[in-house]
Amino acid sequence: MADKNKDKCKDKKDKATPFTHANPTDLALINQEYQKWKKLYEDALAQAPEKDKDLTTTSGRKVKELYTPSDVQKIDYLRDIGFPGEYPYTRGIHPTMYHGRYWTMRQFSGFGTAEDTNQRYKYLLANGQTGLSVAFHLPTLMGIDSDHPFAEGEIGKCGVAIDTLADMEILFDGIPLDKVSTSMTINPPAAVLWAMYIAVAEKQGVPKSIISGTIQNDILKEYIAQKTFIFPPRPSMKLIVDTFEYGAQEVPRWNTISISGYHIREAGATAAQELAFTLRDGIEYVEWALERGLKIDDFAPRLSFFFNAHNDFFEEIAKFRAARRIWAKVMKDRFGAKSPRSWWLRFHTQTSGVSLMAQQPYNNVIRVTIQALAAVMGGTQSLHTNSLDETYALPSEQAVTIALRTQQIIAHESGVINTIDPLGGSYYVEALTEAMEKEAWEYIRRIDDMGGMVKAIELGFPQREIMDSAYAYQQAIDKKEKIIVGVNAYQMEHEPIPILQIDETVTQKQLARLRQVKKMRNSGEVKRRLSDLKKAAEDDQNLMPYILACVKEYATLGEIIDTLKEVFGEYREPANF
Amino acid sequence: MEKKIRVLIAKPGLDGHDRGAKVICRALRDAGMEVIYTGLRRTPEEIVNAAIQEDVDVIGLSILSGAHNILFPRIIDLLKEKGAADIPVIAGGIIPDKDIPFLKQIGIKEIFLPGSSTTDIVHWIKENISI
Repeated sequence: MADKNKDKCKDKKDKATPFTHANPTDLALINQEYQKWKKLYEDALAQAPEKDKDLTTTSGRKVKELYTPSDVQKIDYLRDIGFPGEYPYTRGIHPTMYHGRYWTMRQFSGFGTAEDTNQRYKYLLANGQTGLSVAFHLPTLMGIDSDHPFAEGEIGKCGVAIDTLADMEILFDGIPLDKVSTSMTINPPAAVLWAMYIAVAEKQGVPKSIISGTIQNDILKEYIAQKTFIFPPRPSMKLIVDTFEYGAQEVPRWNTISISGYHIREAGATAAQELAFTLRDGIEYVEWALERGLKIDDFAPRLSFFFNAHNDFFEEIAKFRAARRIWAKVMKDRFGAKSPRSWWLRFHTQTSGVSLMAQQPYNNVIRVTIQALAAVMGGTQSLHTNSLDETYALPSEQAVTIALRTQQIIAHESGVINTIDPLGGSYYVEALTEAMEKEAWEYIRRIDDMGGMVKAIELGFPQREIMDSAYAYQQAIDKKEKIIVGVNAYQMEHEPIPILQIDETVTQKQLARLRQVKKMRNSGEVKRRLSDLKKAAEDDQNLMPYILACVKEYATLGEIIDTLKEVFGEYREPANF
Repeated sequence: MEKKIRVLIAKPGLDGHDRGAKVICRALRDAGMEVIYTGLRRTPEEIVNAAIQEDVDVIGLSILSGAHNILFPRIIDLLKEKGAADIPVIAGGIIPDKDIPFLKQIGIKEIFLPGSSTTDIVHWIKENISI
């Protein structure tokens, strides 16, 4: 397979296959005609009552009123676009794409206690969801237990409360971990939650050699955007490389990282910034892993990505296509990966949360549909669609059902999957893909020049870029240069919608369980395992086996993270704006 | 020199969503106010201490985690305890409509829900905050 691809690459270099099939004379003629048409267009526009001020994408990128062969004259079909499942994978990473297997319908989900969420998982699986995705509550995300003072008021509100292995066992009760894959959105404590999952699977009789899933485990984007960080950058990177190493050896079907752009975009980045910072984060992780001595083809196939599907339909599709092409080149040329599996950019997508509006919430169903369609037409491997009520609360059962049906209707009724990469060849989409790729490479070079992503973060570079974009976007809305239906145009009163309530009995239940676990476990063993963990951290060992030993004794997440804090320290970001 | 309105923008609790808070910080600064941002994950004690130390004219709380019913009363109580009850407190983020009467009753002066414009917030502060 590797050799076949290598030969194809060589052949592509030798023969040019210009995408436009127009020779320079034809192109000159087309351009001439375009200029004539443009005059016609501008004259008509001057008379038009509803003329738009300028043609910009959601990200503020200026686009043309029309695209022609002139705009894609430098693009070579075989070199730049190619075929699905073949380098550079612009059209998709698999030859069959959705004809062989639909994208995984994987709704991010979690609230209240493990029992509450277990029920929701069973509901979603029974209704056609094909993969699980765990949303943990804020204390878990921050590595603290439900009985910590900082957890007060936060228990079960933004996700499911998980303090120990006992909660995890309940979370997956009745769910066969050899049959379903699970993605867990967790960052600094990712190794701990992964260890808990491994332990639950083992108790089910499912060996870690066959469990399938993902841990988000992407600390760089925490400093840049999501802000659930605990330790400083360097020890955090060490912990991540530990998971790469452990995964490669012990848990081969697991994606040990989901290199994310979703949050970067939600924080205010443009599409190009989302693309560039995500891929440069990916480059950083690869460099740190190689520095540890890991072989590229041993861990690279288990790197995965996570992108946003925002409002601007074509820009998003171009972004996904550019992402695949850039990553393939990075892995092959920059890192010399030999296995095509290392060249594949596999990604999950979530529709944009920040684009949903509280005003007239049923409108959100339409927003999510457009965004989900972009993700599918952009070739995502996995998709989460937001629920209409998420500007108010975590998804209600009714709202998440509509979100899931959105994916199913796209898959079965819209026809968009009948041909692979249906927008391939569109003058606009190919030109936009090329433009996004170019802009991303520029950012990547800039960050390389700064000394890498960890350095760029220390300098505050990506954070500032994002902040500037976020502010510009808000100003455009406040000035009505960007219209948001129901918010700065077409406003109206609307009936309140029913929303999911997390009541205070969740807190009582969780605290009671935590007390019970602490009573029932072998405190001596817990202390010993935590002590072993601390020593291993001080000795710069791979911490996964030690963390696994701790969770099996029902050490709490907080106890494990506190132990690591003693060795790694804590991170506090400067309060800039 | 004209005295500027001094604003403390604070993030109470564990919530790490800071896009809104930071955008507001910039908008208020561009509107001629002095803005102090507490940074993420501050306790009620830290927020109140900062407000007093920085001698601010108004406190803006930003929270999206659902912990407002616990944290806001604590902040209000601490302000009273420390003799700073005269500093008005406003809030924004994800706050269900049904919680608003309670929050206003304990002393939150105004709540800016999703979809609020920075212009409205600047306007409210200029109209309602005396220095």
